[in-house]
Amino acid sequence: MTTAMAESAVGGSPPGAPARDTRRRTGRIRRIGLPYLLLLPALLLELLVHLVPMATGIVMSFKELTQFYIRDWGTAPWSGLDNYKVSVDFSAPVGQALLHSFLVTVGFTLLSVGLCWLIGTAAAVFMQDTFRGRGLLRALFLVPYALPVYAAVITWVFMFQHDNGLVNHVLHDQLGLTDKPSFWLLGDNSFVALLTVSVWKGWPFAFLIVMAGLQNIPKELYEAAALDGAGMWQQIRRITLPSLRPVNQVLILVLFLWTFNDFNTPYVLFGKTAPEAADLISVHIYQASFVTWNFGAGSAMSVLLLLFLLVVTGVYLVLTSRGRRTADV
Amino acid sequence: MRRIRAAAAGAVTISLLTAATACGGGSSSGGSNDSPKTLTYWASNQGASVEVDKKVLQPELDKFEKQTGIKVKVEVVPWSDLLNRILTATTSGQGPDVLNIGNTWSASLQATGALLPWDAENFDKIGGKDRFVDSALGSTGAQGKDPAAVPLYSMAYALYYNKKMFADAGISQPPATWDELIADGKKLSKDGKWGLGAEGSNPSENIHHAFVFAQQHGAGFFTADGKPDFTSEGAVAAVKQYVDLMAKDKIIAPGNAEYAQNQSVSDFAKGKSAMLLWQSASANLTSQGMSEDAYGIAPVPVQSGTPGTGTNVNSMVAGINLAVFKNTDNLDGATKFVKFMTSDAEQKILNKAYSSIPPVKNAQADPTFNTPANAVLKDTLAKSAAALPQVADESQFETSVGTAVKELFADAAAGRPVTTESVRAKLGKAQQQMPTK
Repeated sequence: MTTAMAESAVGGSPPGAPARDTRRRTGRIRRIGLPYLLLLPALLLELLVHLVPMATGIVMSFKELTQFYIRDWGTAPWSGLDNYKVSVDFSAPVGQALLHSFLVTVGFTLLSVGLCWLIGTAAAVFMQDTFRGRGLLRALFLVPYALPVYAAVITWVFMFQHDNGLVNHVLHDQLGLTDKPSFWLLGDNSFVALLTVSVWKGWPFAFLIVMAGLQNIPKELYEAAALDGAGMWQQIRRITLPSLRPVNQVLILVLFLWTFNDFNTPYVLFGKTAPEAADLISVHIYQASFVTWNFGAGSAMSVLLLLFLLVVTGVYLVLTSRGRRTADV
Repeated sequence: MRRIRAAAAGAVTISLLTAATACGGGSSSGGSNDSPKTLTYWASNQGASVEVDKKVLQPELDKFEKQTGIKVKVEVVPWSDLLNRILTATTSGQGPDVLNIGNTWSASLQATGALLPWDAENFDKIGGKDRFVDSALGSTGAQGKDPAAVPLYSMAYALYYNKKMFADAGISQPPATWDELIADGKKLSKDGKWGLGAEGSNPSENIHHAFVFAQQHGAGFFTADGKPDFTSEGAVAAVKQYVDLMAKDKIIAPGNAEYAQNQSVSDFAKGKSAMLLWQSASANLTSQGMSEDAYGIAPVPVQSGTPGTGTNVNSMVAGINLAVFKNTDNLDGATKFVKFMTSDAEQKILNKAYSSIPPVKNAQADPTFNTPANAVLKDTLAKSAAALPQVADESQFETSVGTAVKELFADAAAGRPVTTESVRAKLGKAQQQMPTK
């Protein structure tokens, strides 16, 4: 195979030599086939781990799946579009709650992604200059990203405790910013708590990606700009941000999807039922399925969520890539 | 940039796919005796920690192995995970042979059809139904059906009170009515200490108290034909009365609104609160360093009079049941194990270790369970405890109403008003989350 590939790569076979021609062809087939062969295990696993359960979930969403049928869910009666109708009937409690949860999630995701990006980018730009302790600081920045989610979030739970938590201790006891200790894991403040943890956990990823992106920008651009008299702010606006555009496009999309679907953070912070103000959609669907044992409706909500994310992602990709194409021209 | 775009496409696809992943699986039915030498057992977390439970159970399991040659692999499952683990095992058909269930879930789990029904023939294999106390049998499944499980440990709620704090406040005896409890609580709530502890963010605890208060108001949460009825006058008044202990009477610390990990037991053990409504707390209190003579145990208060049946019910029938998964590979062994665990001798050992009351009549007669403290629990179980509704939707009811109470506690803690209307609205919302059938 090595020889075949080497020869075809050189491409030096004269025309009209049938034996060599066949060899070259098999060589080409092998060369084209090899990547697919290498991808095959991953594809198979992808099929098993994601596509099969997803298809199962879609089937479940059309069934009346409650505790009476979970043992043998194949026997659950078909319910047609009932689960979907209930989920999107915004005049009834189930639909209302889903809509509320959806809106909370949208607001939360926009804020969280925005803050993660802002902090991550600021930190990355700041870390471009060499200074003493840069390596150490960079390593420290990545700690939230490296910690296991559960361990990190449970620590936040301790810090947010009403009576003995560090947050109230600092805000109330030491700084005197509040006139009485606040609840962070109950009521409206829970949104702030959730956002804090999410941003704390998410910005190092933005930092990492933007930092990688920055290293691809040729230094000459800055030197030339400096010669032309551009200041730091102008350099950031005219060179750094446009050069980071493709990186940011991907970064923001990935952050958006991760944040929108985040289950671990709210689940560890609040348990099975989140306060209304922080009722993220992933936990909401979990609650519909595993707490109220209505697996059919839970599946329908999952499918709706998938459709929504597909549409948003599609629109986003079309818009951003069109923007780049015109920019390239 | 192309590489980044490809990586992005991959990441995006995976992120999207995880959004719609659900679980599934088949199941097989009917137990067999394919592997007669081993059993797996999921024990609920009864002691102060999972490790304590292992220490209590292992010697007994070794004893069982010596007697029968069957090795039991035990896993102690924390409460917060147990129901989900059982559901997963039910769906996949890959579960333990024998397991503990909270007795309030009996009817819900019975409805899945995953548990072995305890008909007369099966009961005969473990010595007959008559060996068990009636109140305990009342929480083993829906009425008119063969029980889905066998009672293992029985418990009842009682009022635990700190003797020294009571003496310091000049209170000579524990309160018998809620008015007395509130009056005492007000005397005790000062200098950073509080009258009563509560577990505001724990739906199960909330539902137990809401249920007892509802009984005292002559209300249940279900109609006679098993339909949810959460917003009746009595139910609303009951939930309001419970939450008002924090909201209006101010004898529960606002911080208790976020308790869900038994912090209220720790607070009581440390003398931060003077009273605690809890089931079988003794072992837990001892392990937290509170000596047995530091606290007294009295029946949970009633509206007026003395505890009894009807509106003077003052506890739910609390307890743990032992169930067998229908598709076990060792049906005979599993039955033998249930027989062993519910034998008179084991009942004494285990219930003593967990400071619970044996649901087996013969074991209950043992002097250990006739100390003044245990006498209160035993008396309550015999005379004034009621089983939670044995309906298929019980577990959903527990979560939805328990969560409504949690939200009301959150309101109370934040200083927002808790009114009859707000209670009714929350309970109404909880009811609308129940399956409509």
